[in-house]
Formats: sequence, structure tokens, C-alpha cells
Amino acid sequence: MAKPKLALYWASSCGGCEIAVLDIQEKILDVANAFDIVFWPVAMDFKYDDVRKMEDKSIDLCLFNGAIRNSENAELAHLLRAKSKALVAFGSCAHEGCIPALANLTTKDAILKWVYKDSPSTVSNNGAVYPQTHTKMPEGEIEIPEMWETVKSLDQVIDVDYYVPGCPPQPFQIWNVIEYILSGKPLPPKGSVLGADEKTCCDECPRERKEKKIKKFFRPYEILSNPNECLLDQGIICMGPATRSGCGALCTKANMPCRGCYGAPPNVVDQGAKMVSALSSVVDSQDPNEIDEILNQIVDPLGTFYRFSMAHSILKRVDKI
Amino acid sequence: MVTVKIDGIEVQVQEDTPILKAAEKAGIWIPTMCHSELFEPYGVCRLCSVEVIRGKRTRIVTACNYPVREGLTIQTNSAKIQWIRKIIMELMLSRWPNVKVVSEMAAKLGVKESRFPSLERDEAEDACILCGRCVNVCREVVQAEILAFAHRGIKREVVLPFGDQSNKCIVCGACAHVCPTGHIKMVVEDYKGKKPEFTLGVKTPISVPTLQAVPRVPVIDTESCIYFETGGCQTCAKVCEPQAINYKMEDEIVEVEAGQVLLTTGYDLFDASKLAQYGYGRLDNVYSSLDFEAILNSTGPTGGKVVMKNGNEPRSVGILHCIGSRDVENHPYCSRVCCMYALKFAHLVHDRTDAAIYQFYIDMRAFGKGYEEFYSRLLDEGITMIRGKAAEVVERSHGINGDGSLLIRCEDTLIGKFREIPVDMVVLCNAIEPRHDIEAIRRIFSISKSPDGFFLERHPKLDPTSTMSDGIYIAGCAQGPKDIPDTVAQAGSAAARILSIIAKGEVDIDPIRAFIDEKYCAGCRMCNNLCPYSAIDFIDDKKISQINDVLCKGCGTCVAACPASAITGKGFSDAQIFAELEGLLAI
Repeated sequence: MAKPKLALYWASSCGGCEIAVLDIQEKILDVANAFDIVFWPVAMDFKYDDVRKMEDKSIDLCLFNGAIRNSENAELAHLLRAKSKALVAFGSCAHEGCIPALANLTTKDAILKWVYKDSPSTVSNNGAVYPQTHTKMPEGEIEIPEMWETVKSLDQVIDVDYYVPGCPPQPFQIWNVIEYILSGKPLPPKGSVLGADEKTCCDECPRERKEKKIKKFFRPYEILSNPNECLLDQGIICMGPATRSGCGALCTKANMPCRGCYGAPPNVVDQGAKMVSALSSVVDSQDPNEIDEILNQIVDPLGTFYRFSMAHSILKRVDKI
Repeated sequence: MVTVKIDGIEVQVQEDTPILKAAEKAGIWIPTMCHSELFEPYGVCRLCSVEVIRGKRTRIVTACNYPVREGLTIQTNSAKIQWIRKIIMELMLSRWPNVKVVSEMAAKLGVKESRFPSLERDEAEDACILCGRCVNVCREVVQAEILAFAHRGIKREVVLPFGDQSNKCIVCGACAHVCPTGHIKMVVEDYKGKKPEFTLGVKTPISVPTLQAVPRVPVIDTESCIYFETGGCQTCAKVCEPQAINYKMEDEIVEVEAGQVLLTTGYDLFDASKLAQYGYGRLDNVYSSLDFEAILNSTGPTGGKVVMKNGNEPRSVGILHCIGSRDVENHPYCSRVCCMYALKFAHLVHDRTDAAIYQFYIDMRAFGKGYEEFYSRLLDEGITMIRGKAAEVVERSHGINGDGSLLIRCEDTLIGKFREIPVDMVVLCNAIEPRHDIEAIRRIFSISKSPDGFFLERHPKLDPTSTMSDGIYIAGCAQGPKDIPDTVAQAGSAAARILSIIAKGEVDIDPIRAFIDEKYCAGCRMCNNLCPYSAIDFIDDKKISQINDVLCKGCGTCVAACPASAITGKGFSDAQIFAELEGLLAI
């Protein structure tokens, strides 16, 4: 019997998810033994045309990481969707937008203007030169992908079968997913989140939690935190309570607050809004001015509460592509 | 027991009883000056000198401290004794001719005038006669040991340490109490923050709080009781025959398990000294309504007489309404009861004195049954009503009038004129305000406060006795200012509500509840502090939170706060709410 076919692709992301796949260490050999890797641009030499030539639904499993930021990302997403039986949004960018989706807080024009004109490192003698999708050159017209106004998560562009959250997904969880698929057990229902649990990060966090009352918010560098006490109880904003468990509370065990990369817990529609709602409930003051003062201690609320979930949040703007 | 013969009368007394006591038993009076039952005989005035005859020997001894023996014969009124007493009285009279106890005793003993000149003649009516009662009471009873004699001979005097005021003095007043001449006086220099016994008159540290107290037994005020200051005195224990005095008794916390609670915690009186313009706590004869109520009380410090600090009847009394209420700076609400009690004050003052009475009001609110009629009656009694909130109360200049009486300044809005009304006494109608600890009580019972700071009822018209917490009821001024009929009605209604549930034996609860799905709760404890009904418990061994179905009211606070969305409001799930929103937006 032929080995099942595996494809991995990297859209708008940092590449950490690809590294995480390699972080399963020697088990990568088991993966290579078990699967026929048909597409993995970061590791092996494949061309998009190779994929186009494949038959539809010929790829058994596709791990797609990265958000959809430009027309090339979208094209490959559609292509791989057509060619794959099971397509997995792999890692936080594909899952719910992650860091690239924070660009949705501004506009494409503003981003291009900063990068190609205003940033201190830009030196241009004849005004700003902006990238064009089509450029005529002596050799003929060349085309580069068009950047989108709005960064999207994978499931906002194509139909996604499963999600593996994390920035990046933890290697042991990646292995759990692969092992499960290799075991031949019946696949979970479509839309399932794999490689994660159903509770929140607090479930795995060993710190002792008390009834919450917050009088002052600290950034991690501003306080010597007690390693045995809940970070949030100490005033450090920890996204743990509004973040799906599965990572093993990696950050809080290292005395750093959870940043929320495993995304919203199962029932939560909007991770950031949930955290804002929760935190505002536990601010320890009755005086409106003092409450304002306490809340003003939160630096960059959007970047804090929506660091990973901007694309999936209910904060939306009128879509332009 | 021994038998002694006093002036020919045989009495049987315990051995070692002082002659004075034995004579008392025999019905024989022996004059005393320095003696008091409160402390050990001191024998300094020598007035109780008697002749003791034992066999052939005759001795002059002081009766107060000479212990009797078997067969003693005592003469208390022999010519020699009479002569001694007269000499003593003449000597005292020569030094303190105007002291009442001295001249009275002298008259009693047949001394009209003194034949002696005195080097230290003291004409004062309240001169110190060096009886030492104050020194003894301070040492033996109070055990503060502040007062003592200093110097010798004619220079002898009673002094405080170093002749100065001492912070070791506990200001118990025992010395002033035993002083036979009134030489020692209690002076209150600062009334502010003092209890009514300081501002209105003397009250003992052990007393029955009110005639209506239940149980009607005396209690000890540990703050002013000498025993709790110095460990001395214990006079009450000595005189209490059933030995009911227990200094070790302490406040007890009694735990009672109850299914329903009626909160009737009452109110606090607005502290009028916050409004310095009215002079409360600063000017004599400016009283709060509760002070004045004590003055009018027939068992109060003045026995119900309307008198000023100097003991005279006031010639005029001003009653100032709305002190701290209907006042945006303090309490914007109307305290409701003041208009009527102010009228009652006016009526009682009119009844008991000839004083002219002025009422300074914003609006007369005689709203209850029979109240308007009472108001009309008061107008017939000749009370002067001035419509205008009094602006200030000042002391009239001593230079012009000399009597230190008060002046009320106000604008009479009916004639549009600024007026100054001289009065001897001012009564302030202080606002009713929420109890100082209402916030703590509110938290204990998980109920709310209305903007005025009183407990919030479930519905102002349809349900004024119950609260948003099932089983917690409120009545009286804890819910808002109200008079006695309204309080009785509200409390009665609350009691009926409570009984109806007791009679039924079971409680109905609404189906709308929040519940925590154990599968999703990771025990972050975000919700633990939020529940206004204290319905959320953290289960330590499971490390998750749990909602008590009976306590939960389905308010949704925890649902909104749960960062894991592990809490759902039954009937208000996220899916339902989103569907509703989508439905609305689709139009």
C-alpha cells in the first residue's frame, strides 16, 4: 500500500511553525517513513506547478501554516484545498491571524507608506517607490503578488478541516496529532481543534490562584513576581484564563505571563473581548477616576488582548481587498 | 459579738466595729466632717471625738476609727466632748467662715461665732476645708492616686502632681462628688465628640440605658467606668446585694442559623458640627435634635426641664429645620421626620416654658395622618414660623447685651428680608443618614444601596420590604428616612412576608440561573469575587468554581466575566444572544 501523502506550506508567517515540525526531533524520521512528503517548500525543492499537476484530493494531509496576507497566500490556499483530503490550519497565524493580523489595526496604505517612505531606514533619492503588482521590464512584464488590505486567517479564505493552535504548536502536540492520524483511528469531526485541550491555560498552570482583585497592573519587568502565585493575582496581565490549554503552561512555568497563543477556549467567540470583560470585572475599586487610572496602566490593550486573535475577533472593519 | 454601752444604751456589735458604727446602731448621732462610707476612716477632722471609759481610765478618741472591745463604755455627748466639738467648729469657722457645711455644722453644735482670729482666713463659699475626702477617694476608691496633700500646717493644701494638670487623672469626677464644699468642680472644655453626659449633664458609668431597655438591667460603660481605668472603685459590686455585678462580662457573638433575615439597622444622625455655621459643639445651648430629645425626656439629665447650660429657662428657642438634609452639599433627600418632631419640640417647649419659639423651615411637610391638624394647632399656640433656611447661628456680642445669648441669621423668604432673631437656645433638626457601617452590612447580605446610601428595596412601589437577595428583607430607616407609623407598617409587612414562606415550608426559585460547565472551568477564580449574591464557591479539591443554584439569581455578572466562557446563563447562552443580534441586524 502506498504511503499517505503529506504536504506542508508556509504562507504569511515567521517560519516558526516549520521549525516546530523539526522540533519533534528524531521522530521526523518516523514522519518521513510513514508519509510520502509531496510538498514542503521550506525543506525540499518543489514548485507550485508540481502541486498544480497533482490530482484533486491526492494529498492525504496538508499542514498549512501562516495567515493569508496577499494574493499568493490565497492562491496556494485554494490550490492546496483542492488537492488535499484533510487540510489543517497549523499554528496561530493560520488558526486566527496571529501577529500578522495586528496589521488589521491600520491600513495597507499606511503600512506601505511607512515601509517604503517614512521609516528611518528608508533612503530614497527620487521620492517613494512603491511595489507594483505588474511592472514592465525590458524582458517583459513581471508580476508579484498583491498585498491585501486585511490579513485573514486560513478559514476565512478556504474551508479548513482541523486546527492545530499555538505560536508555534508545541512539538509534543504536533507529534500527538501525527501519531493519531497514523494510528488509523477514525478522524475527529470536521472543525475540531487538535493538539490542544478543552480547558484554559490555568488548568495546566501550577501557580496558586486566589479570589481576584486587582489594584494595579504591572508589566512583567516592573515587578519581582512570586513564582508560586497566580501572575494575574499579582497584577501581571496573563492571558491564561482566556486561552485554550494544551501548551503545558509553558510561559507561566518560566515566570512569564501567558500571551494567549493557543487561542480562544472552546466556547469563547472573541478571546480579547473575553479577557477585557474578565479583567474589568476584577478591578478593585469603586471610584470611577481610580478605575480609569488603573485601566490606563494597561499598555497597548489591543496588542495585549488580541495579540493572536485579531483576524478571528469580532472587531471588524468594512472589508476592502 | 461584744457588748458596749454608749450613752447608757447597750448595743451588741461585732468586735472591732468602729464606735461610729456602733453608735449608729444605737441610734446615737455623732457629728462627722471628713468621714465617708467610701473609704477607710481618716480621723482628720476630729469632730467625731468621744470619751471612752474603760475601768477607771478615760480617753478621748475619734469614733470613726476606734474599734470597740467587750465592756467598753462610751460617752458621746459629755460636757468635755461638747467643749471639744465647739472648739473644733470655732477653729474651722474662723478660717472658713462662709463655707456652708462648716457654718451649718457649727450651728448644729451651738456655735454662733468664732472667738479665734485666723492667719489664713478664706472668705470663699467653696473654700477647701482640707477634709481629705478627695484625697482618700482618689487613693482608695479610684486608685488613681492623683490627689495628695502638700505642705504642712497652715500651708497644707490638696494638689495635683507638680501642681499641674495630670494626664494620669482619669477625669472620673469622684473627688468633685465627695467634696463637701464644692471646691472641686468638673469643667468640660471641649464638647465636640463627647457623649451626651458631657454635653447635657452627669450620667453614671453604670446605668439602665433607657427606661424602655429590655432586659431592664443596668449596664457598665467600660469607657468611663473607673474599674476599667484603674482597677479600683468596684463600689457597685460592694453595694449590690445579689452580687450581680460582673466586670468580666464581654460582648458575645451569638451565631444563629436563619433562613430569612429582616434588616432593621436604623440610621445615624447627621453630625451637625460639620456645618460650622450653626455652632454645634462650639456654642453653648446649640443642641442636636437627639440632645434635645434627651433634655425633654422626663428621665433625662434635666428631668425633662427645658433649661440652658446655666440652669435658667430659655426666654426664646429657635428650631432650625433641614440641617444636612435637602442640602446638595450633604444629603439631597428630605429626612421626612424633622418637620413633625420640630413641631413636637415647639409644642413641648411651649408647654413647659414661657419661651418664644421660632421655627426656621424651607417647606412644612406635615404629610401624615393628623399631622396637618397638629401643625394648625401649633400655629394657634403662637409659634413663630419663619420660611427660610437659617444661614448661621452666632453668639451675641457680650459688649452689647452681656448675656452671651445667640443670634440666628436668616432670610425670611415670605417678606424678602434678611432677619436676625435673638434666641437663648437653638435646636438643630439633623438629617437622618445611613448607618456608618451600612456598606459592610450590605456586603454581608449581598444587597444594594440606592444613591442616597440606604438599602435598596426590590421595587420602590410594589415591593418596598424585600431586596434583590431572596430571604433578606428591610424595614425602617435602614431603607430610607421614615417616621414611626411607616416603619411599623413596613416591618409588619416584612414579617408577614417572612411568615408566609415559613408557613409554606418551601421556596420557589426562578429557572433563570447561571451554571458552570466543569468540562471547561479551569478554576482561574475570576468569578469568585463578583457574585452579588455570594453564590459562587471555589471547590478546592476539584480546583474549579461552582454555582449554588439556590443563591444564584441569574444576573449574568459571572457569565460576562468568565474568560473561558465556562459559565452560561440558562436561557441566555452566547449562541442565543448572537442569534438575536444577527436577527436584529438582518432587518
